[in-house]
Amino acid sequence: MSKLSIRGVEKTFPARRGTAATRALEPTSLEVADNDFITILGPSGCGKSTLLRVVAGLETPSGGEVLLDGQGVAGPGPDRGMVFQSYTLFPWLSVRDNVCFGLRERGMARAEQLAIADRFLAQVGLKGFENHFPAQLSGGMQQRTALARALANDPKILLLDEPFGALDHQTRELMQELLLGIWEADRKTVLFVTHDIDEAIFMASRVVVMSARPGRIKCDIAIDLPHPRSYKIKTTPAFAAYKERLTEEIRVETIKTLSMEA
Amino acid sequence: MPSLFTPLKPVAPTLRTVLAVACFALFFLGWGVATYGGFVKPLFLASPGDTLVAGVALFREFGFAEDIAVTVWRVFAGFAMAAAVAVPLGILMGAFKPVEAFFEGFVSFARYLPASAFIPLLILWAGVGEFQKILVIFIGSVFQLIIMVAVIVAGIRTDLVEAAYTLGAKRKGVVLRVLLPASAPQIFEALRLVLGWAWTYVIVAELVGASRGIGHMIIDAQRFLDTGQMIFGIFVIGLIGLITDFLFQAVNARLFPWARSR
Ligand SMILES: Nc1ncnc2c1ncn2[C@@H]1O[C@H](COP(=O)(O)OP(=O)(O)OP(=O)(O)O)[C@@H](O)[C@H]1O
Ligand SMILES: [Mg+2]
Repeated sequence: MSKLSIRGVEKTFPARRGTAATRALEPTSLEVADNDFITILGPSGCGKSTLLRVVAGLETPSGGEVLLDGQGVAGPGPDRGMVFQSYTLFPWLSVRDNVCFGLRERGMARAEQLAIADRFLAQVGLKGFENHFPAQLSGGMQQRTALARALANDPKILLLDEPFGALDHQTRELMQELLLGIWEADRKTVLFVTHDIDEAIFMASRVVVMSARPGRIKCDIAIDLPHPRSYKIKTTPAFAAYKERLTEEIRVETIKTLSMEA
Repeated sequence: MPSLFTPLKPVAPTLRTVLAVACFALFFLGWGVATYGGFVKPLFLASPGDTLVAGVALFREFGFAEDIAVTVWRVFAGFAMAAAVAVPLGILMGAFKPVEAFFEGFVSFARYLPASAFIPLLILWAGVGEFQKILVIFIGSVFQLIIMVAVIVAGIRTDLVEAAYTLGAKRKGVVLRVLLPASAPQIFEALRLVLGWAWTYVIVAELVGASRGIGHMIIDAQRFLDTGQMIFGIFVIGLIGLITDFLFQAVNARLFPWARSR
């Protein structure tokens, strides 16, 4: 049985004054197996975030359903951890208390919370920054804290919506290695949205490509690159072959998006 | 020199103080020129020196310290009552749209009812004692404060709320541990503003049917055409306002250091 089943999920945002209704997502189905690392690739505005938000329970689909371990998803919950593209650390809490947030909501004893928080902060390389406030951190450090916050809650699946989108190229590559290292260690099921092809191939066990708006799944490619992967894999012929194929797929969709907007 | 006037560019602390003091100095200079220079008759405007003499006499002979204490107590009692009602209600309105729908219309209507127009009615209901004065301040502040708090809470970033939901927070957790801390610095700022308005209401309340208080002293002084005393009374109000403002800002910086480091 799949860990996560997305069955015929579609989404139309209703018309508002001055704007027509937006069809963001055509009926979309996707089966995610336990321990999968799936990256979702697609041009801007194709409904990637919408799909992820439906899975998170932050958006109700206009049709279809999402099942996690066979259970229907009705709203947001701690079994689906999320890292957003925007920085969403709580600015009034220290780094450590941000990571403790979900544990505290669960009513866990403070000592236990701290032990878990410190373990995950060490894992994302933020030892020594426990007492900083988010405003004192760089963007990369904030997203690492957000990652630790989501992981500390031990969700069944991790949803990541372009978490490194606002970071510079070098930081971004280091973050990819960090996340991949964490995944290789405990194989948590991951759904990762991006529009960066290298990023998508490097981390994924499967890359799903979405079409231009209204989005639907256009192709689904298994990435058979050995683990553990180092950044050096990005220069291998196998990687280049995946990249060439995906670049072609995405290019067609991006051209469609542009001509649609023209 | 022109670089001093770059938009939003901060000035050095010493220059800041110098400029602030310069403004006061200019004010007193203008006042001195107008009165000592014989441009305005003493009957209409006392000179700075006469005002100071009148002030000393007020404290020495007329027990002005007690007037000040009475007025300060009235302001803080009325203001505390208003805050005790407005802050929780405003938070509920900001957080829960049905509560907002229920109260918003009425509060917006009540907000425009001038507190001073209630004074005759309040005297009828509550007499001319302390409670009536406090009620004037309460009525004058509570509706403004409710609306301000509701707007602040409704404006809290939704992505923070969504992050809290994906970390397992329930409704209560979102209100108490996201909306409340996120809006606290701004609510504090709103309290500071409304406290300033409360001072105008207390003086109006004391102009009618009072036997003590700064406002009463000013009305008394008017009967004897003692402009020195009147001006001194007005200055004392300004001075107390300035002090409370400083206190509020200091406490705000102390309680919410995270809101400053941005
Ligand atoms: N709350 C909303 N109300 C109306 N329309 C929306 C809303 N959210 C998204 N949309 C529309 O739905 C479409 C898909 O949006 P979505 O954010 O899912 O795209 P995306 O693939 O994540 O894009 P990007 O890569 O730029 O983040 C867009 O056309 C967008 O304008
Ligand atoms: Mg998006």
